[in-house]
Amino acid sequence: MSTAVASHAHPPTSTGLDHRKIAIWAFIGSECMLFASLISTYLIYKGRSVVGPFPHDACNPPLCATPLKPILNIPVTSVSTFVLLMSSLAMVLALAAVENRGKPGYEGILGSSKFWLMATAVLGTTFLGFQAYEFTSFVHEGLTIRTNLFGSSFFTLTGFHGAHVTAGVLWLLTLFAIDVKRGLQPKDALLVDISALYWHFVDVVWIAIFTLVYLIK
Amino acid sequence: MADHDTFTHTNADIDVHSMGEVHEHPTWKQYKWVAIILTLITVIEVWVYYTPFSQSALFVPALLLMSAVKFAIVVLFYMHLKYDHRLFKALFTGPLIIAISTLLALLLVFGKFAGR
Repeated sequence: MSTAVASHAHPPTSTGLDHRKIAIWAFIGSECMLFASLISTYLIYKGRSVVGPFPHDACNPPLCATPLKPILNIPVTSVSTFVLLMSSLAMVLALAAVENRGKPGYEGILGSSKFWLMATAVLGTTFLGFQAYEFTSFVHEGLTIRTNLFGSSFFTLTGFHGAHVTAGVLWLLTLFAIDVKRGLQPKDALLVDISALYWHFVDVVWIAIFTLVYLIK
Repeated sequence: MADHDTFTHTNADIDVHSMGEVHEHPTWKQYKWVAIILTLITVIEVWVYYTPFSQSALFVPALLLMSAVKFAIVVLFYMHLKYDHRLFKALFTGPLIIAISTLLALLLVFGKFAGR
């Protein structure tokens, strides 16, 4: 540890730990409860919609004006899930690139934090593109946030998650801009570490949503 | 590959202690294997969704188990909680336990476990 760097970066703390890292973990803890409440709401309302479309079941008259297929598109969501998982891999590689800057073997792509930060942002944006496609197709098929209980709870839950991904992408692009402007150095590793923790949390929330919303019938 | 295999914090500019890291981070190989395992579990989850096993009583428990494993892998290895200070572990697992307990209690109150 470099005491000089530590004292320069932030004042001494009673725990010896950086306040920013404690703050992000406390924030992530509070986010666990936020998403648990949204997932609870979805699960409680699941199967209680009076009119279609329904997530896993077809909807036929008189519940629907016209016959409707189950609305969830599992293949598309599986691909977007894979994209988000790969973004987490890119994120850990971005952090490793910053932490190991200047070390032998990190001159190439493995040591390019710019590449990995941009890759993570692009993968996050791709995930958002899949979500936009999904939301648009749902609306075209007659499911809006006001259609039924499923629509209300589904759009609220996945919309909140999408908003978190959007915030994460903006955060990553900010780090990328800093990296381009002055280059992220090992002393900046904590900045990347904090953003990585947020990004991985967004990923683990999606792991839960994918199973509870999309796969469990 | 030897240089790539180890992501350590030997660089003196990194304030490892204030970042709360008790041990070294995983290696590139471990990160790669974590990604492969996460992908494989996801493939299995989607595959069983389309098989007759999805009608089985074990389908939901199996999915929940696989999801929990993926969740734990990301938290332990990608979020480095396995290597981090115990205060960070407490800050995450405490609220997580409260969140899961609340979720289960709400499902119980609203009769979601009835008839199973």
